[in-house]
Amino acid sequence: MVSSFHVYVMEIKVENNSTSPDQQRKLANKKLGFKLLWVVAGSIAFAIALVPLYNVLCTLTGLNGKTKTTASEISNTKVDESRWVTVQFTSSVMPGLGWNFYPKQTSIKLHPGQVETVLFEAKNITSQVVAGQAVPSVTPGVASIYFKKIECFCFMRQELQPGETKVMPLRFFVSPELPSDVSEMTLSYAFFSADKP
Amino acid sequence: MSTTTVAHHDEHADHPTGIMRWLTTTNHKDIGTMYLTFSLIMFLVGGCMILGIRAELFEPGLQLMNPDFFNQLIGVHALIMIFAALMPAATGFANWMIPLQIGAPDMALPRLNNWGFWLLPPSAILLTLPFTLALFGIGDGALATGWTFYPPLSVQGGIGVDFAIFAVHLLGISSVLGSINIIVTLFNMRAPGMTLMKMPLFAWGWLITAFLLIATIPVLAGAVTMLLTDRHFGTHFFDAAGGGDPIMFQHLFWFFGHPEVYILLLPVWGFIPQILQTFSRKPMYGYKAQVYAFWGIGALSVVVWAHHFFTAGLPVPALLYFMYSTMAISLPLAVLFFCWIKTMWKGSMSFETPMLFTVGWIILFGIGGLTGLVLADVAADAQYHNSYFVVAHFHYTLFAGGIMGIMAGVYYWLPKMTGHMYSEKLGKTHFWLTAISFNMTFIPQFFLGLAGMPRRIPDYALQFAEFNMISSISAFVLGLSQLLFVYIIITCVRGGKKATDQVWEGAEGLEWTLPSPPPYHSFTEQPVIK
Repeated sequence: MVSSFHVYVMEIKVENNSTSPDQQRKLANKKLGFKLLWVVAGSIAFAIALVPLYNVLCTLTGLNGKTKTTASEISNTKVDESRWVTVQFTSSVMPGLGWNFYPKQTSIKLHPGQVETVLFEAKNITSQVVAGQAVPSVTPGVASIYFKKIECFCFMRQELQPGETKVMPLRFFVSPELPSDVSEMTLSYAFFSADKP
Repeated sequence: MSTTTVAHHDEHADHPTGIMRWLTTTNHKDIGTMYLTFSLIMFLVGGCMILGIRAELFEPGLQLMNPDFFNQLIGVHALIMIFAALMPAATGFANWMIPLQIGAPDMALPRLNNWGFWLLPPSAILLTLPFTLALFGIGDGALATGWTFYPPLSVQGGIGVDFAIFAVHLLGISSVLGSINIIVTLFNMRAPGMTLMKMPLFAWGWLITAFLLIATIPVLAGAVTMLLTDRHFGTHFFDAAGGGDPIMFQHLFWFFGHPEVYILLLPVWGFIPQILQTFSRKPMYGYKAQVYAFWGIGALSVVVWAHHFFTAGLPVPALLYFMYSTMAISLPLAVLFFCWIKTMWKGSMSFETPMLFTVGWIILFGIGGLTGLVLADVAADAQYHNSYFVVAHFHYTLFAGGIMGIMAGVYYWLPKMTGHMYSEKLGKTHFWLTAISFNMTFIPQFFLGLAGMPRRIPDYALQFAEFNMISSISAFVLGLSQLLFVYIIITCVRGGKKATDQVWEGAEGLEWTLPSPPPYHSFTEQPVIK
């Protein structure tokens, strides 16, 4: 595109010598046409920029239930004993991964700020070494940024030997800043195959 | 050019004949004719596809096709009707009528114009080729995801998805080129004295459409390109396992997809008031208000996209925002409806075919708009989402609001373009057949949706049988009626009563000052507007 633009610039210089109104108009048309191409370029750039923007927005606000993929520090350990929060756990295994995977307990009741550990169990039911990656999601989405994981099997990919069973811990707390209208949240793990096909 | 032929210059224009004329033409009328012809052909192709669907849905159970082929027909039907039938029809009118309406000798960038058109046939072939390839055992048919390409299905799909992605790229380039051409024409080529606020409303509708197109089509192109790299080059834009997000595709797609609705409708809203004033024999009411309403709708259309996936799990504040902003669009639209009705008010109305289509259009498009308000309600949408109610709603806006509007335009301008009057009797028959069978096709679908029948499903529960049967029979009547439309156009092109320059008694505007048909090169001397 750069080179063709260059050619046009050269043409424009040549045509500048003639001043018939018809040619002047052609020139003006070409100029405006190229200016409009910048609008097109701008919206292509906008589409590409939306990808990182969307991810930043989701992590900042917790829209879409995205949680952080790295460990949180236990910074605010003050336990708010005046209220209870119920956290439910669900799990699913995506197609292409030959595992059984389920939480050892379906829900837990705790105070905001209180650190808890829950266990998940995965079993490789195939006869090969298989790697998987768990992707968490919290519902309602607004609660996801208040769900703090200290230690999680989802921070890295997990590899299971044929027939191996692994019990994996999740250590977490719910931040006391959790909005007061949220008393229940669901943490869902989807295990994906992490092997290169 | 010999000076002795000057007098006959227009009749024996300096262009090649035969196929080379059409391949190499830079004349806005030739290119407009090609766009309109292409659009009509693709309208019939897309129509045949949906008749296949309606035949399968005639009764419960799987009779004619497997579910995969059913899904392919649904997706390709939508892509063809939107990108290859409605958009080229509007672009065809723009090519034919904008230079005539603003007193320009031609479009501003004629060679770009030719290129814009000739990208369309290859992309239509790309879209439909996988059907043929599947017959020879190559691939598993066309895109089977619906026209929206949602991942993860589109990431898992067969070669049909790749074909559709490239087709969308070509169609996108074609639309962007066409839009740039129209904007430049409208800014630089207006007759002396024609200010922007003196432009015919059709030109205004197209100006805003063109800006929407160049702002949103690249976003669609970007989104499907990410899909392509997800499919073949190991990226994870939309793959949750790799840290991507399938919902992000919906945001990108509908950031284009919602303005697209107005891209299809704005040109129609442009010429509908012109038809109304012609057959009401009084000037249109509220020209300025309509221009400002166009701007308002254009601006709102790019900030309401998420109402297409209210059920995807958006947070409540976002739901509220998208609900209220969507409903806000009905305000400028109400201005338009008011102006249309007020234009007819106390006019000396007559009901030739274009006017019949226009009045029918106002009513049917009104139903489409009101059912859209129902869908915009977040609480109600949870029930209606992905049901036949949605299908009926957008066919009221896009078949009635889009295609029947285009038909009004065809009947209005056909005598000007061909120089012959079409058969008024057949035209009116076509209108009544279309209007009645259209309603009979889609009213039952509202009820089916309310009763819970999901869209894009080849089989259904027994209690939906009667409504589906009515809908299918009416769809076939609707489809066959369009053969009459084709017949009317062909006979009108071939001959018929000679049309006068003004054609319609109440017609006003520069295009009606030219002979019918206009000479190959018109307005080489630009008229001066006072």
